[in-house]
Amino acid sequence: MTSDEVLVHPFVPGDVVAEATYHLTRESLVRYAGASGDFNAIHYRDDVAAEVGLPGVLAHGMLTMGLAVQPVVDWLRDPARVLDYQVRFTRPVVVHPTEGADVSVRAVIGKVDEAEKTARIDLTVTVEGGTVLGKAQVVVRLP
Amino acid sequence: MRSVPVNQDLIEREFAKTSPYLVGREKVREFSRAVFASDPVNYSVEAAREAGYADVVAPPTFAIVVQQLTLDQLFAVEDSGIELTHVVHGSQQFSYTRPIVAGDELTAQLSITSIKTLGGNAMVAAETTIRDARDEHVATATSTLVVRGDAA
Repeated sequence: MTSDEVLVHPFVPGDVVAEATYHLTRESLVRYAGASGDFNAIHYRDDVAAEVGLPGVLAHGMLTMGLAVQPVVDWLRDPARVLDYQVRFTRPVVVHPTEGADVSVRAVIGKVDEAEKTARIDLTVTVEGGTVLGKAQVVVRLP
Repeated sequence: MRSVPVNQDLIEREFAKTSPYLVGREKVREFSRAVFASDPVNYSVEAAREAGYADVVAPPTFAIVVQQLTLDQLFAVEDSGIELTHVVHGSQQFSYTRPIVAGDELTAQLSITSIKTLGGNAMVAAETTIRDARDEHVATATSTLVVRGDAA
């Protein structure tokens, strides 16, 4: 390393900061129902889901949103650095009774605001290759 | 196409603050497990205190539990024109001043900030301000509820 080498800013748009895959089962949905208090039956009863025309029992949108931010929280190492988090629920996550569903999260730096010392992290959240959340963005405070 | 039945007067309405929600340590742990959190500050009082928090820290989306109390108020409004079975959660946003920690006593106040019509559906923006026992801002949670137009 030469002395005139510039220190590269560690936060560059396009950089992947975290990736993770979560395996959801029906048990995951029941657990989230209990923890959150959302007992809508479409999240654990096949007959109710079918009755309202759904392709199967769905994960709570808030469960998908809740787990999708976790890789970013782990990367930040301080939950206070999460300033804002938003998602659009664009496609339901069907959780098969025996196979479950795998939710993959990829977190990429979208934009860095040097003046504000913040960055926007863009999340791509997919199930079997299809995106399930839209405009999933986390604004974080940089160290 | 039927007109959207959502009552526009909801925008003017002042909703009562919810009674204080006491954030329990075991509730934080339970919620943390449910959203696959792995940060020790979500589970260990010791880790949380070392990191400068008074007690275990709730994951970012825990604020929905407190916001839900205000959405229940909305769904209880008799002339809202919102039929719960026709409501879909369109989007969600949280803006944080600080993380929620066990021991917090949180009150929440709802306001309906916009009602827009889009393709026969109504898009209702429900904004909930969450404050602690010292009346300091903790987080603002905003849900966009899509009310399907065939509800009438």
